[in-house]
Amino acid sequence: MTVLVIAEHTNGALVPATLNTVAAAQQIGGDIHVLVVGEGVNAVAEEAAKIAGVSKVRMADDAAYAHQLPENIAPLVAGLGAEYSHILCAATTNGKNFMPRVAAQLDVDQISEIIGVDSADTFKRPIYAGNAIATVQSSAAIKVITVRTTGFDAVAAEGGSAAVETVSGAGDSGKSSFVGEELAKSDRPELAAAKVVVSGGRGMQNGENFKHLYSLADKLGAAVGASRAAVDAGFVPNDMQVGQTGKIVAPQLYIAVGISGAIQHLAGMKDSKVIVAINKDEEAPIFQVADYGLVADLFEAVPELEKSL
Amino acid sequence: MKVLVAVKRVVDYNVKVRVKADNSGVDLANVKMSMNPFCEIAVEEAVRLKEKGVATEVVVVSIGPSQAQEQLRTALALGADRGILVETAEEVSSLAVAKALKAVVDKEQPQLVILGKQAIDTDNNQTGQMLGALSGMPQGTFASRVEVEGDALKVTREIDGGLQTVALKLPAIVTTDLRLNEPRYASLPNIMKAKKKPLETLSPDALGISVASSVKTLKVEAPAARGAGIKVASVAELVEKLKNEAKVI
Repeated sequence: MTVLVIAEHTNGALVPATLNTVAAAQQIGGDIHVLVVGEGVNAVAEEAAKIAGVSKVRMADDAAYAHQLPENIAPLVAGLGAEYSHILCAATTNGKNFMPRVAAQLDVDQISEIIGVDSADTFKRPIYAGNAIATVQSSAAIKVITVRTTGFDAVAAEGGSAAVETVSGAGDSGKSSFVGEELAKSDRPELAAAKVVVSGGRGMQNGENFKHLYSLADKLGAAVGASRAAVDAGFVPNDMQVGQTGKIVAPQLYIAVGISGAIQHLAGMKDSKVIVAINKDEEAPIFQVADYGLVADLFEAVPELEKSL
Repeated sequence: MKVLVAVKRVVDYNVKVRVKADNSGVDLANVKMSMNPFCEIAVEEAVRLKEKGVATEVVVVSIGPSQAQEQLRTALALGADRGILVETAEEVSSLAVAKALKAVVDKEQPQLVILGKQAIDTDNNQTGQMLGALSGMPQGTFASRVEVEGDALKVTREIDGGLQTVALKLPAIVTTDLRLNEPRYASLPNIMKAKKKPLETLSPDALGISVASSVKTLKVEAPAARGAGIKVASVAELVEKLKNEAKVI
């Protein structure tokens, strides 16, 4: 039994989600190989070779793989994947994009966003926005799986010494091309990996008021998130959205400010260790999951909280 | 061009679902069902393309129980031209749905297929991508903007760090994100008119596909409940609790 983990990387560096995915692979058991696909990914492959528990790194370096276009990547992964019992990738937007294409090419069902490994063929995953946990068993010859990274503790990034081997695929399918991207820039920690997250909702009233959350976050070394209401109202960009359709976070401390706590938002944060809610409506559903609730006007409470830290 | 839209009947997004006592699944008896919100956005986008004169016909398809006709009628009331129901009694996997859609695509030859990015019941986020692999079409997933430019499609996608734009050769597949558009409401006259629009029912056998799945659900449980929290009276008390009791700051 050998497990193939597809590395997630951006700007020439490995993304920490890869370490959580390797942790899931270790629970499945067997040898673990990591596949690094992209253009100019030598440094990433070397980084991947150092991950504890990885026995081999395979690297596909080609201009056609530069922007992770699924039409180009899926045939490569499906081709290599036939040698493995399991293919795993983090459930990032990139993993969600190409992995089902790999599964369909291999003619197997995919298991999305596992949060637990019971055995090599049995996994736990949330359904209905996290309101139920399903235990599923797969009889597929190759198990194609995406991993919810908050469900697994990261393995050590150092300590391994795997060999790097170069592989090649068919390259460009000619069906799609990259036009451009617009990335949100921030000095704060990455939302999905932050230890502390401060999130704002409709109660923030406008984008300008998010400055209160930014300065509180900077004091705590936290990332800033948002509810769908805040994103739809244009207060903040959509990559800050936490929830069923946004990012899933499970930090040590989650501070929800002016967020009512709809089912879809809770789906993205209710596995946080400690939840704090600041809301002036004491009936808000967020108080049913909050460890510490403060019924107060956020425009008074947030600056006061920042001052007292 | 012809646009094919796939819609799914799911539990209404506002319903707080309950797990059955025997852990066999989620209790859907007497629960309000609706069109999956991401599918509504897909229908809206197709109808807008028709209103712009880009699309000539909008065909809406659902794979599911006979009651899914209600969701197809809803899509027809929103502006789709005709409906196809691939009727299956049991729940089918994303791969089986993708195979059924592939058969419908072969039959209808659409230039564009629009699906929601995920269904809010299974939360799989797979079907559109799988249809891409099976049909050989390129995919623009998690779309927040779609523009047809001649024989190509420009799709702006929501990705982890922000937005990405890709160009796809038609025929292509798009899966919708929430911010693609704001779906309209069906008016009463349109709901009445939708009753007269054609709706064809097919069986998986007629399409020559099997709905067997390699994944079996062993049990469904309620997630671990969070212990009841406390309300604090002041910011000072909150900080004190976080420092000394929870020890998280």
